[in-house]
Amino acid sequence: MTDILLIMFAMTLLYMSIANRLLTYIRILVFQGFLLFGVTFLELSHINVTNLVLILLETVVFKALAVPLFLNRVIKHNGITRVAEPFLPNFVSLIIITLIIVITIVLSNSIKDINLDKTFFVVALSTLFTGLYIISTRRKIITHVMGYLVIENGVFILSLAVGNEMPMLVNLGIMLDIFASVLILGVFFNKIGDVLNDPDVNQLRNLKD
Amino acid sequence: MISLFLPGAILISVLLYFNKSKIVNYTLVVFYALFLLTFAVYQSFHLNSIELGYFKSDGLGILLLLTLSAVTIPALFHGYRYIATHDESKKSRGLFFAAMTMLITAIGAAYLSNHIAVTWIFVEITTLCASVLIYHHRTTAALEGVWKYVFICAISITFVFIGILFLSLSLKQAGVEDLSFDALEKNYAQLNPFWLKFAFLFIFTGFTAKLGLVPMYTAGIDAKDKAPAPAGALFSSVLMNLGFVGIYRFYAIVARTEILPWANTIILIAAFLSIFVATVYMTRIKNIKRMFAYSSIEHMGLVMLGLAAGGIGVYAAILHIVLHSFVKPSLFFQFNQVYRVYQSKSIYDVGNYFKYNKAGAIALLLGFISCTAMPPSGLFVSEFMIFQSLFESHHLIILFVVLLLLTMIIWGFGSNIFKLLFTPPISIDETKIPKISAWESASQYILLAIAVYLAYNPPAQFVHLTKDAVNLLPQ
Repeated sequence: MTDILLIMFAMTLLYMSIANRLLTYIRILVFQGFLLFGVTFLELSHINVTNLVLILLETVVFKALAVPLFLNRVIKHNGITRVAEPFLPNFVSLIIITLIIVITIVLSNSIKDINLDKTFFVVALSTLFTGLYIISTRRKIITHVMGYLVIENGVFILSLAVGNEMPMLVNLGIMLDIFASVLILGVFFNKIGDVLNDPDVNQLRNLKD
Repeated sequence: MISLFLPGAILISVLLYFNKSKIVNYTLVVFYALFLLTFAVYQSFHLNSIELGYFKSDGLGILLLLTLSAVTIPALFHGYRYIATHDESKKSRGLFFAAMTMLITAIGAAYLSNHIAVTWIFVEITTLCASVLIYHHRTTAALEGVWKYVFICAISITFVFIGILFLSLSLKQAGVEDLSFDALEKNYAQLNPFWLKFAFLFIFTGFTAKLGLVPMYTAGIDAKDKAPAPAGALFSSVLMNLGFVGIYRFYAIVARTEILPWANTIILIAAFLSIFVATVYMTRIKNIKRMFAYSSIEHMGLVMLGLAAGGIGVYAAILHIVLHSFVKPSLFFQFNQVYRVYQSKSIYDVGNYFKYNKAGAIALLLGFISCTAMPPSGLFVSEFMIFQSLFESHHLIILFVVLLLLTMIIWGFGSNIFKLLFTPPISIDETKIPKISAWESASQYILLAIAVYLAYNPPAQFVHLTKDAVNLLPQ
């Protein structure tokens, strides 16, 4: 069952690579939050109940509800146009994301470690690289933020792989999530939205040598 | 004493933020500086004691903590001068000092942390405080700087976290669940080398954002440029040391395993590229503050070269990082006064500084000599030892190219500094130039003198601490 959820997670990455509208990205993030909720619920059976409830709350309340709602508000509030404006055509993106997934599968097959759950490893790593790819190929600052959130999700999956032995690491991951999201989204994205209209990375190119 | 220091320092920061009275504000700042100094000295008398389970005052931590408290005092003084000359509102003054003290506290705690996750948490806190300082002026350029800094630091902090996760995977085999540096060192033989490689790659890349090496150095440059100069001084000295501590403590574990040569190659490549990038920018840069920031990149590259070369290079690396923390802030502090004279950072608008502020001009000249490691400078000793270690470890080509690049850096640095000091500016209204007291340069002289003293006549205690730090690596 965990595997099915994780594979669905990998499929959302492919969908993200061809999504055109910002709203689709937000919906994918919501869906990913719920998938992570499922994976956490099934996977972390050996840790104490309060901790588990905390982690589950983080996935549902924070990842699947609060952050997407906030992103939505930011888009409406700043009147950001609805198109993601990638630098590359969607078809190329799709091929690159597929390649990323294939390469991580090949890489994980070369690892001989019985302690490793390969599905977790493949999905986490390909999510990480997809996030980096989205950051580097989209023009809007808000899509950079979404790319970062995708990276966070990847890291969360990776932390679940060791979660039963070291629940502390999952908690740290949650801290990272909340810290970075609040810092990036809350304080500065609001500010950037107020100062610049329709934030575009090209408007942040004045500091250079 | 850290159980006393942390809550005390946090309390001071909170009070600074909420307080509106000038006198109370400055009293708190003075009290904080003394508090930090007391803490550092107290810890240095309790070497290798473990506190709260997560903090250990070992040689490296104490050495850098003492450096931190020595740099903090002038930084807060120049922060006071900065606020006084900028006519700040009560709120922004409170926020500035609260962020400064919180940043220094987090850096100090991270130095002493003996647990990789605790180090990581304090590194996060430094990002938060630094972003407040960078955005001090609330301009669009500052916003751009802070956005880049926050975004790149968030990604690099995520990288460090991924590294920690891989480290825990590599520990799974050993059956150890403790991630403290001591426990890792004890169980190094059972670490899975494959996962350890991954862990090293991610942790190293993540910490380069703070240390200022290729690939994540970019954010730091904008940060040092846009933050007020006293904060920039902290960013380019003690905050960079924090990145070094993170990498060095993990490197000490990697150095015991079979992947050491591989890790050294990674460090060598990153360090060499950093010096190269610094050279490219330093030879054509026109913004004085950014030039200082790139000079820090060059020095950190040298430090990492020494670390990777091994032998005497490790000792030299630690000496270099301490001396650099005295030299670079003095340049930033002096720049604050340069800016008050010319109201510009561009090399095209400045000149003839000797005429307007003699004491400051001499401080700048001495700072230049120190920073480029010309003989009376303390950095000369450590750089010489780094080159010696490169020679001994047969990295002759790297040594040769680095020497060439350093010569170009001296040329680029020198041509800008001499333009600032001696060439008359094109157009300047001399009536508007404020009179700057020579006393404001006193701290720069003291810092530069400390660097010379520590290099040529190191006290026994200093040598002992440095050797203690070197001994973290297997001999």
